[in-house]
Amino acid sequence: MFSCKTSPEVGGMGHSVKRKEDARFLHGKGNYTDDVKLPGMLSMVMVRSPYAYAKIKSINKEKALAIEGVVAVITGEDLAQYNLHWMPTLLSDSQMVLPTDTVMHQSQEVCAVIATDRYIAVDGAEAVEVEYEPMAAIVDPFKALDKDAPLLRPDKEGQKDNHIYHWERGNREKTDAVIANADVVVKERIHLPRIHVASIETCGVVASYDKDTQKMLIYLTSQAPHAIRTILALVAGHVGLSEEKIRIIAPDIGGGFGGKVPVYPGYVVAIAASFLIGKPVKWIEDRSENLVNGFARDYHMDCELAATKDGKIQAFKVSTLADHGYTDSSANPSKYPTGMFSICTGSYDYEHAFAELDAVYTNKAPGGVAYRCSFRVTEAVHAIERMVDKLAAEIGKDPALLRFENFIKKEQFPYASPLGWSYDSGDYKATLEKAMEMIGYDDYKKEQAEKRAQGKLMGIGICTFTEVVGAGPSKDFDILGIAMFDSAEIRVHPTGKALARFGTKSQGQGHETTYAQILAEELGIPYSDIEIDEGDTDTAPYGLGTYASRSTPTAGAAAAIAARKLKDKGKKIAAHLLEVSEEDIEWEVGKYFVKGAPEKSKTIQDVAFAAYTNFPPGMEPGFEATHYYDPPNLTFPNGAYICVVEVDEETGAIDVKRFVAIDDCGNIINPMIVEGQVHGGLTQGIAPAMYEGIEYDDEGNVLNGTLMDYLVPTAVESPHWETGHTITPSPHHPLGAKGVAESPTVGAPPAIANAIIDALYPLGIKHLDIPITPAKVWEAIQAHKK
Amino acid sequence: MAKHKVTMTINGQSVTAEVDSRLLLVHFIRENLDMTGTHIGCDTSSCGACTILIDGKSVKSCTYLTVRADGANITTIEGIAADGTNHPLQQAFHDQHGLHCGFCTPGMIMRSIDLLNTNPNPTEKEIRWGISGNLCRCTGYNNIVKSVQQAAKEMAKETKETV
Repeated sequence: MFSCKTSPEVGGMGHSVKRKEDARFLHGKGNYTDDVKLPGMLSMVMVRSPYAYAKIKSINKEKALAIEGVVAVITGEDLAQYNLHWMPTLLSDSQMVLPTDTVMHQSQEVCAVIATDRYIAVDGAEAVEVEYEPMAAIVDPFKALDKDAPLLRPDKEGQKDNHIYHWERGNREKTDAVIANADVVVKERIHLPRIHVASIETCGVVASYDKDTQKMLIYLTSQAPHAIRTILALVAGHVGLSEEKIRIIAPDIGGGFGGKVPVYPGYVVAIAASFLIGKPVKWIEDRSENLVNGFARDYHMDCELAATKDGKIQAFKVSTLADHGYTDSSANPSKYPTGMFSICTGSYDYEHAFAELDAVYTNKAPGGVAYRCSFRVTEAVHAIERMVDKLAAEIGKDPALLRFENFIKKEQFPYASPLGWSYDSGDYKATLEKAMEMIGYDDYKKEQAEKRAQGKLMGIGICTFTEVVGAGPSKDFDILGIAMFDSAEIRVHPTGKALARFGTKSQGQGHETTYAQILAEELGIPYSDIEIDEGDTDTAPYGLGTYASRSTPTAGAAAAIAARKLKDKGKKIAAHLLEVSEEDIEWEVGKYFVKGAPEKSKTIQDVAFAAYTNFPPGMEPGFEATHYYDPPNLTFPNGAYICVVEVDEETGAIDVKRFVAIDDCGNIINPMIVEGQVHGGLTQGIAPAMYEGIEYDDEGNVLNGTLMDYLVPTAVESPHWETGHTITPSPHHPLGAKGVAESPTVGAPPAIANAIIDALYPLGIKHLDIPITPAKVWEAIQAHKK
Repeated sequence: MAKHKVTMTINGQSVTAEVDSRLLLVHFIRENLDMTGTHIGCDTSSCGACTILIDGKSVKSCTYLTVRADGANITTIEGIAADGTNHPLQQAFHDQHGLHCGFCTPGMIMRSIDLLNTNPNPTEKEIRWGISGNLCRCTGYNNIVKSVQQAAKEMAKETKETV
């Protein structure tokens, strides 16, 4: 286990110190984007399409402009005059900012009304007259590939059908051959439906253009303010918004989960509006706008898992159809259109695998964000973990035993996976053993046998996942060419207190505490003496932002290395102060001392003061360091989750009795925060497993676009989570840490699905797609009774 | 738009204003009074981020007209403790790590005040049902429940001391 090197007062790694950022939130003094109020600020409201697919025949602004207080109505035609009506997506597709002739999904932005307040802007939006000519929408992604399907994107040169791209990894022929000759092959089509991150704060922007200084100040709900600034400069440079004139401040963010990575059309319109009008413009999504625009998942995966008759896994194949909506705006690294989906071979040791994916256009909103997971890892883990359970059921083997017999062994790390990853570390056996012991697995197996004998439906589900996070090494990972490093800049002031700035941006993860703890660990300066600052592109060093559990793996590592640079400089200063040679100086946390004479010492605070007042001749004054960290590899957090459920055969109601999550995220910075992150991720795991899914009718209408019908779990649906840890440090990360906040969202859905399907297995039910609702269970039970 | 004169007490201060009949109370508090601790998360009374106390009862202010609050005694997150001090619930949310992004927190605390006023010693199940009108997307609720439990104990002690 991890032992703390520092005292609780210093509060380095391993201490559950209370969060430094709490006070302002507890007192209602947080500063979220919607709290920003600037003099003369205008309010913007979008007019949105009621149709999923339609020609726009006309837009009549007159009645809206006649309303007192309406300042402007901006259409696609208006933006086209500045060539701002389209924007590139992160994956080099194109997305409308505002349409000039066609709307491609329900609730797409049609035009924007800007007024002196939000109520008047809403009046204006009501008064805009849009004449549409509706067309038959393509909703089913499989039908999008029909030969006679209408071409959705004739605007794209060379686009002959609705297919966007094909991607594959691994060896198809060998994998097919192994599957063809295997003793046992289990197959399933698994759909992970569209869901939405539904952070409680929606997305929004306040854009404020100063015509005199030509500076554009933007408050933005952004997980990646630096990258967004660069993208804006690339998109709008031609109208004069060059990068040094754009300042993005991501203030407090009310939850991100991936939904605040993209550039949404509303951001661009508000920025354009402020640029044209010369006044600050605020745009804040309402909840329906938030839920209906943007999405995560929507993968249809045809899986095949091959094994020997006693359950040794030999090969895995998955062929996926991805519904991207009308444009591919997936928030993925540029060279990884399917994200890290090729982690789908899981925690198991076998040689042959093949994964392929075809992406298609439909008349749905674009998105492809993460929903609290590293790029497409949830889809991958769901596929393999459902199939492993299906294999266990097929051959009648305990799913825990099947996993033990197939795990990658501790001594096999670093492990080269069949689809090309180098897993850094793990002890999968120990992690699953701990989960089984904590929940009392054997006792539940006995209880299940007894309940089954009585005709009761009880299920036990396991998931032993491997995540891949912390993108990433610059040789592979970039966003529009910008390498996915991250950064830390430390300034230790003369009095020994410090300010550190980062290229990431917390959205609730607690960076103001955990980054201070990393620096406390490295420098011995108490965490309470260190201020953390993020999110302002004018002051923070450039970085790619916070998503995909990358903050600790990248910026956390940058902090450690920048601190070590300071420590090296401090050693020279200490030698100077103690009048010995540098070789005679040793370090223990917070203090330099003379080798063999520990009473002769200087604290880090003494040294910081000397760096400004009494530094060695020839040395550059000051006590500051910056590091841009380019990770050598990704990190591979893992875990073993076990869920116990009971299902009521009469009603289909599902009762989650127990849920134990053992996570291995390497060394832990703050156990309290890690546990809190795991709790939250687990609730965002049960959410898609049992409650959430964006539903469409045949015409492309969204059927559950409010929080009254899109079921975000409350405290009642969310079980009492039980958590624990094994610790296998990352061998390549300077702190041995891996990242954790997304693991539970990845690991929980298959554990829950496996438990429910295990409960229903005696009835002959062998698979259900998530969300597994009581209605779905009830229908499956009725169907199997017939 | 018809204007109405309203007078109410907010966090102990008397406030009089002329407001549009359609102005929602949450906007009055946030925009007219510049108290932005009360948040907006859904517009449909589903998420509870806008929860305040009206005459001591928790109310979702995003679907409550300002004119209806004429004469009311209103408390928002800004008004539950003197500057530089914590209400027992604020202290408990800090101690138990009951908040991550902080966006749902004011509403969650205002709801919990009403919950503990009506049920000073709730079970875990009663707490979970009691806050089920307030959504949190970050914490998974475990630590919110623990926060309310801690505050219940503290507030019971305070009551005893007062008696």
